[in-house]
Amino acid sequence: MGLLQLFSKKTFPHGIHPPEYKDETSRKKTIRLAFAPEIVLPLSQHIGAPAIPIVHKGQFVERGELIAEPAENALSVPIHASVSGTVKDIELMPSAKGPKVKSIIITTSPSSPQIPLTGGPQDYLSMDSTQIISAVKETGLVGLGGAGFPSYAKMMVPKERNIHTVVINGCECEPFLTTDHRVMLEKVDAMMTGINIAIKAVNADKAIIGIENNKREVMDVIRDRLPDDNLISVEAVETKYPQGAEKMLVKSLLGVEIPSRGLPSEIGLAIFNVATMAEMGSLLPNRQGLIERIITVTGDELERPGNYIVPIGTPLKYILDFAGFTGAEAELILGGPMMGLPVSSLETPVTKGTGAVLVLDKRATKRDDIQPCIKCSMCLQACPINLNPSELGQLAAKRRYDVMEKDYHLNDCFECGCCSYVCPSNIPLVQYFRIAKALNRERHIQNG
Amino acid sequence: MAKPSPKIDIRTSPYIRKAPTVAEIMRNVVYALMPIAVYGVYQFGLSALLLMITTTLSCALTEQLFCTLSGKKSTVSDFSAVISGLMLSMSLPPGFPLWMAAVAGFTAIAMGKTLFGGIGFNVFNPALVGRAFVQAAFPVSITTWTPAFAEGRFSELIPSTLAIPFMKPLPTEAWSMTVAPDGYTGATPLSLMKYQNIFTDSEQLLLGMTNGAVGESSAILILLCGGYLVYRKMLDWRIPAAVITGTVLTASVFYLIDPTDYPSPLFMVLAGGLMFASIFMASDMVASPVTPLGIFIFGLLVGFLTVIIRLFGGLTESIMYAILFGNAATPLIESYTQPKIYGTRKKGGK
Ligand code: SF4
Ligand code: SF4
Repeated sequence: MGLLQLFSKKTFPHGIHPPEYKDETSRKKTIRLAFAPEIVLPLSQHIGAPAIPIVHKGQFVERGELIAEPAENALSVPIHASVSGTVKDIELMPSAKGPKVKSIIITTSPSSPQIPLTGGPQDYLSMDSTQIISAVKETGLVGLGGAGFPSYAKMMVPKERNIHTVVINGCECEPFLTTDHRVMLEKVDAMMTGINIAIKAVNADKAIIGIENNKREVMDVIRDRLPDDNLISVEAVETKYPQGAEKMLVKSLLGVEIPSRGLPSEIGLAIFNVATMAEMGSLLPNRQGLIERIITVTGDELERPGNYIVPIGTPLKYILDFAGFTGAEAELILGGPMMGLPVSSLETPVTKGTGAVLVLDKRATKRDDIQPCIKCSMCLQACPINLNPSELGQLAAKRRYDVMEKDYHLNDCFECGCCSYVCPSNIPLVQYFRIAKALNRERHIQNG
Repeated sequence: MAKPSPKIDIRTSPYIRKAPTVAEIMRNVVYALMPIAVYGVYQFGLSALLLMITTTLSCALTEQLFCTLSGKKSTVSDFSAVISGLMLSMSLPPGFPLWMAAVAGFTAIAMGKTLFGGIGFNVFNPALVGRAFVQAAFPVSITTWTPAFAEGRFSELIPSTLAIPFMKPLPTEAWSMTVAPDGYTGATPLSLMKYQNIFTDSEQLLLGMTNGAVGESSAILILLCGGYLVYRKMLDWRIPAAVITGTVLTASVFYLIDPTDYPSPLFMVLAGGLMFASIFMASDMVASPVTPLGIFIFGLLVGFLTVIIRLFGGLTESIMYAILFGNAATPLIESYTQPKIYGTRKKGGK
């Protein structure tokens, strides 16, 4: 088996092998962080319409209480208070996405025991698909892998489509990040429950958990807990970036491709991340809302890197102080070093989709001058989508954004960063592509 | 907790990147060329050394000159001009008059590179542009070959080396006769093939015991040097592999038709500058395709043209022209060989 596995390694073409930098945090048990004195809960932490607040200034809220309802007739999820305290205000606050967004600010009550509210137990086994989906919606759960797509919406499959397999994404391909790693070790039972709920929700025949082959001990733990009904299996895939991208994972596991700019359901798949499953498995049976998550806090400039359970809405400053941020010249990133977002304000809160706070030494991330493309084709050999970043980059320099979209599949680029990573000319290709996409969107809006 | 508020700098992902940079790649190409240069000097003596120095200086100075003229930051330190210079000298006859070599170096950079906008924008391999220019301008000197391992090659120069500019260089035939070790003449394996139908042993070609340019020496040495770059992931092995495949395929066809009249595929691959040119010149990244299928087609085309011109054209060595032709065809090849992307939908589906 060992040899056979070596030759039949499950993987996808192209991609890169960046250094992992995971040892710093992957072996440490997750620690619960204290409550920050003030919590900021943006109304839009998910893809879709912002939630609508149902509390007012000065109102006392309990931890776990519903404070914003999903927008009606739209893709939207509710938001729950992550601390007991008083609503200080509802106003515009800095967010990871860049522009300020409307947020509910809660002053934490120092005297409250902070016991989370629940809606009481419910048995998912006796519920049908529709009931499960609305129960998932009530938890406010979104994809915890980063995109923040509402989980309930992923389960709403158009009637003409049939889901045969649920793919569980246990690939944490971004360097530095280890939350999924810890979740799989520490919350394996909740995760199994979550997976069973998901299978039921989409009426699938089975689930496959894909895990990168650098996490053998995690696979052993999971194999130990697999239910006897053989509904769920575990498969090792090659440790490679961006293995954790849905498109790459299904290619590695099943050898199939998600059609260009289409959904996994088109080929009978539903894909969830392991942390999302673990949360679903612990929230849904208790009718509880999503109020906290695990994030990796790591990087060169920290005294206490690790994985922390933090209430959603905790400002970064509070977390960084706790982790022993030395305040040197540093670059702050929400997420991993390949696809993470730059942080402009330390007041930015952790949201449902925040998987990591990374503090990198600026000297390490310094970039050399941009040089002309020497057409080395390294980017083509790195792009997991098999685009031609070289040509796209040259077109961007000539501002031929329309050609990029029409003839060179710009919109299939998911900004994984492999091309920029390998480019010897230091061309910020991904940045060019982001700009091009944004300008194209604007143009399309103007042209109706 | 009164800490200085940290200085935050905004940039977008990815925040990490992999070495090497362009300059590192170029520097390593220079390293890889060094053993070939040393062996060339051992083969052809002082003249070869002076030739290399001349073209390298001429290329570097020209690059500097144009940078200064256009007020741009000097790009000499990216080593690409140095590489052009070295490669150029390795494709010229060792006794090539130095002043002509300087002209070749100047044209390589001025016409082959700067004219197009510098590194990254050149359509052709600059060294080959320089060589093509002097091939047209000095047809006699560029086909005047002198023997390898000549006696006294480390103490005296090949008579043509120091030709005075714009004067006819001294003839070298008489000199060649006196200095050549037993049995060697100035003829290169390819001219022996073309004009006398003599096919040199592949063993001699592998070891570089033959006449020709510095870059036409030992196939084994050249392979090793190229291998180093492939190992460092600084050379795209697919290009030389495709060129050699193209050469072998085309040569095989003729060899199968008539093995006495046409040389074996092995000879075709080992003789002349094919090894050197396919590994170091055809693989000039800037002027070759980036698409996987394009790279393959480009290589096959270059190999095919090389054999055809060698057998039926007026020139003895032709790979340089084959590559220039391939360079010219690159944009066309690329436009027809864009990669098929992940998740491409079948026709009809939307
Ligand atoms: S990696 Fe950079 S230099 Fe190389 S082809 Fe791509 S864009 Fe050009
Ligand atoms: S960022 Fe886009 S173009 Fe670059 S490698 Fe990733 S998918 Fe390909």
